[in-house]
Amino acid sequence: MKEGIRFFSSDMKMSDLVEMNYRLLTVLSRLDMHAGFGEKTVAGICAEAGVDTEAFLLICNMYSYHGYLPTEEALKSADPLSVLKYLHNSHSSYIEDGFMELEKIMDGLVATCREQEKRIILDFLAGYRKEVEKHFEYEEEVFFPYVISVTGHNASQDYSAAIFEENHSNIEEKLNDLKNIVMKYLPPTCDRRLANDALYALSALSEDLEKHTNIENHVLVPMVNRLESKKEA
Amino acid sequence: MKVFLIMPSRVMARGLEGVFHDLGEFKIEGIVSDISPREEVMMKNMSADAVIVDPAVFAHSLRAVARQQISELTDAAVVAFPSIFMDEETCRQYDAVLSLYDSPAEIVHKLRAAVSVPKDNAASECSELSAREKDILICVAKGLINKEIADIYNISIHTVITHRRNITRKTGIKTVAGLTVYALLNNLIDPSSVE
Repeated sequence: MKEGIRFFSSDMKMSDLVEMNYRLLTVLSRLDMHAGFGEKTVAGICAEAGVDTEAFLLICNMYSYHGYLPTEEALKSADPLSVLKYLHNSHSSYIEDGFMELEKIMDGLVATCREQEKRIILDFLAGYRKEVEKHFEYEEEVFFPYVISVTGHNASQDYSAAIFEENHSNIEEKLNDLKNIVMKYLPPTCDRRLANDALYALSALSEDLEKHTNIENHVLVPMVNRLESKKEA
Repeated sequence: MKVFLIMPSRVMARGLEGVFHDLGEFKIEGIVSDISPREEVMMKNMSADAVIVDPAVFAHSLRAVARQQISELTDAAVVAFPSIFMDEETCRQYDAVLSLYDSPAEIVHKLRAAVSVPKDNAASECSELSAREKDILICVAKGLINKEIADIYNISIHTVITHRRNITRKTGIKTVAGLTVYALLNNLIDPSSVE
């Protein structure tokens, strides 16, 4: 009998995990795990990379299965600092790779457009990039240090995961708008041969950002909530 | 064609497996015996064309809305294969109902018909923006708030919101900045009118 969906486990081979969902390569590279896995297991590779296996599995399941929600058990046994490491490295990869790539493609796409159209589209992208950078900056400078302090049991009283959650905005919305604009309303003067590249890049980035937000909201925040209530008790 | 089975009875599941194996037309993508959050995630991520479910997995009080519950997880056709008695009303919610006494040919026939049922899609809307929607869009792009737009056109705020929702559904664009780009590219507004 064929099984429907298999979730990932610590004793499976890392190469099998990638075989199940090659998109996880993005996750792996953000945790400094690179191909050449040999017959090593997920747990083995994680240990080498200094990443908590439970946290790694949580991230992989969140990344691969739409609507996956971690169990209390899983949240309890995973290390928040490994989740934090992943989120922090993702931020750099969005800014250094994701956006760079997208901007390069978009520049080419509108290169043949009238000056005015070019400006409208590129200004929108530049405005969006600034917004995302501000969003990440807040997390890096306020929320992440707070998470580290909570894990070390010396958190400040004036901040909490609840405050973070309340102000956590949806950053992939504008990217989806741009995707629709490219897909449906591109000026005919654009270099349409590049439209596919642009759509692939936009879709991949928007999907990845959505997963990123889900990991923050459904993994990191509940983990911090738990540590906060433990501290009060 | 791929099917996903929700069958608390192992014997019934094996029976269907046998039928599908012999005919080769249908592949079983997965078999589960219950619907818990774990199975729900599986169903959200599967690609089956049809879900075959024994309504006995649902508590009696939930049986009337069982199909709806499955449809929230997947777009697949939902076919009942009841091990228990089901009244006509409950049967009607499914795309097809298999019986324990159906021949293999009948089962295949019913499944094929169920999968080809066109789903009434509320989003089958593909029309262009109406003149009024364009008016509203122009206001949004210029940065006016709903109350101001309502006053200009002498309509209720509720109507403005409905128009905005329709604009977003048709264009796929949600943010004000995105709608502004749309308005500019379609020459609905002059670049000098946006700050």
